[in-house]
Amino acid sequence: MALDTLIVTLPSRSKDVTRVDLMEYQAKELFTAHGVPGLPGSTADDPDGARAAAEQIGTTVVVKAQVKTGGRGKAGGVKLAETPDEAKEKAEAILGLDIKGHVVKRVLVTEATDIEAEYYVSFLLDRANRTFLAMASAEGGMEIEQLAVERPEALARVPVDPIAGVDEAKAREIVEQGNFAAFAPPVVVDAIAGVLVKLWDVFVNEDATLVEVNPLVRTPDDMVLAIDGKVSLDENASFRHPDHEAYVDKDADDPLERAAKEKDLNYVKLDGEVGIIGNGAGLVMSTLDVVAYAGEEFGGVRPANFLDIGGGASAGVMANGLEIILSDPAVRSVFVNVFGGITACDAVANGIIAAIEMLKGRGESIDKPLVVRLDGNNAREGRRILQEAEHDIVELVDTMDDAARRVAELAAQGA
Amino acid sequence: MAIFLNDKSKVIVAGMTGSEGSKHTQRMITSGTQIVGGVTPGKGGQKVDFAGATVPVFSSVSEAVAETGADVSVVFVPPKFAKAAVIEAIDARLPLVVVITEGIPVHDTAGFFAYAQQAGTTRIIGPNCPGLISPGRSNAGIIPADITKPGRIGLVSKSGTLTYQMMYELRDIGFSTAVGIGGDPVIGTTHIDCLQAFQDDPETDAIVMIGEIGGDAEERAADYVAAHITKPVVGYVAGFTAPEGKTMGHAGAIISGSAGTAQAKKEALESAGVQVGKTPSETARLMRELMQSH
Repeated sequence: MALDTLIVTLPSRSKDVTRVDLMEYQAKELFTAHGVPGLPGSTADDPDGARAAAEQIGTTVVVKAQVKTGGRGKAGGVKLAETPDEAKEKAEAILGLDIKGHVVKRVLVTEATDIEAEYYVSFLLDRANRTFLAMASAEGGMEIEQLAVERPEALARVPVDPIAGVDEAKAREIVEQGNFAAFAPPVVVDAIAGVLVKLWDVFVNEDATLVEVNPLVRTPDDMVLAIDGKVSLDENASFRHPDHEAYVDKDADDPLERAAKEKDLNYVKLDGEVGIIGNGAGLVMSTLDVVAYAGEEFGGVRPANFLDIGGGASAGVMANGLEIILSDPAVRSVFVNVFGGITACDAVANGIIAAIEMLKGRGESIDKPLVVRLDGNNAREGRRILQEAEHDIVELVDTMDDAARRVAELAAQGA
Repeated sequence: MAIFLNDKSKVIVAGMTGSEGSKHTQRMITSGTQIVGGVTPGKGGQKVDFAGATVPVFSSVSEAVAETGADVSVVFVPPKFAKAAVIEAIDARLPLVVVITEGIPVHDTAGFFAYAQQAGTTRIIGPNCPGLISPGRSNAGIIPADITKPGRIGLVSKSGTLTYQMMYELRDIGFSTAVGIGGDPVIGTTHIDCLQAFQDDPETDAIVMIGEIGGDAEERAADYVAAHITKPVVGYVAGFTAPEGKTMGHAGAIISGSAGTAQAKKEALESAGVQVGKTPSETARLMRELMQSH
């Protein structure tokens, strides 16, 4: 297996838009529900809560920042506390920390344990081979990406057939390939195999695309415990997991992204001046490129956002999208780039007009020019609707390249 | 000839009586596709009138195949029922199943893909794809048929709307087959599968390959081109100016670090002898020049 292929399919490198990443404590909730052994703990949103949690546990505890990023330990987000008062103190220090752009709003307080050895195990989707993959290493304790690069032979990669899944025999195959027997006594190897079967249970029955335990630890009394976990869920499977709704993070740091999320729009804020709306992720990405190239001729104006109204977009979706983009103070001109496949261009045109009327009705002044390019399904009708509406801010342009140039020019003029 | 789909293809539509299914069945019929049946459990025996054809509805794929000799199924059923519909088509040994449905859980897709691999008799295209069209012959999916004409270019693309854009840009030259393979994490037919089929198709002279940022499918396709493809290939990759670490909407359309960037894909393709355009129109121009010089 080539090294580059290995890296590309590592958990931290695979991201999907329909993916819901869980916090550690949420992952552990799922672990517990499926019988994966761990340590008791509870969350707190303020220092007093952390104190109470530590008091209830009654032993030395670990206070851990709950953020969706790695490197918490190095950033000071994981601290040991011997007493409840100390737990409160540590929580005070951790809450509000900025870890790689993620502000800590919640901590997990768990029982602390002595560690004899650390291991790594995970199940994930292997996109390149279009199947599932188990990864396991008996040599945990370091960053898994680093281990994969520096000592790839120490990280076993075992394909898992989606139909056969992971039973006890398959779990044994994984621990054998991970060479766990060289590092741990049989009782521990057995326990690891048992944990793998339960983690597979999480992976399949929760519709996860990633279940990772790092570290999986062996305690001095040969218990095997999942000390930290990452789980990513497939949002496409939410129809059979109504309980997963609670895990979907509706929060976004950017106010425009938050507003777009509330309207179910596929929007990403960027740092330029040209608002972009299109249908289909590929075409919209391509539009960003074409506008950025055109912008080079006009003072370096760039796309202000990514917005994909998707296939079969209705007038309502178009109106919602335009409303978000026009409310962005950085936007100086807008490019509506639609190639109608399922999307009918007359619906797009009606959506543009509806959005303008709606904003006008609210007394908002709309002075940002809209450059519109429509091709494909019902394009002629769409163009006719826009022409007859005679809105002076709407300009129809025939090709994607010409429209990109025009919208960049208008953005430069609006500076 | 063309690839995967031709004028002899007999197509059934799973979910034909639903709103999307019936709308697109009409469009497929209008563009000349032989639609021989629809499949909706519990509605067997009904007939649906379309402009240009009256189409019988069957309760199961196996019944439809027995009655009509169908060899292609186009699947429009909702995500919840998609896996069952595809498994049914594999069990009926249909050679080609085109899954248009968007939003299928990846565990379901991985499951039916593995099942198809085991059976060894069915090619799956998609899911979450626009399907494929052999212009003037047959259209299995939702690609608009009136934006291009028959010709000798083969096209394979992850993105639906970029497929349409490219077909439209090169409408004066025309296409043997255009395949939208979809952008989901697990897809039944890859760039490589299509490259291989176009290489073997005597009616295809040159190939356009459209990719997107994220994953390494384009890099692997580039290796394949270098090793196995003798026909000229022109490429396009969307997402050159996408900022790192921002998800751009497709499952898979993401860059993190250097792997999977448009630049990395462009370089991989160019080192395999593929000319890569910076924009769709430049890509079309490269292909036009190539076809004219032949």
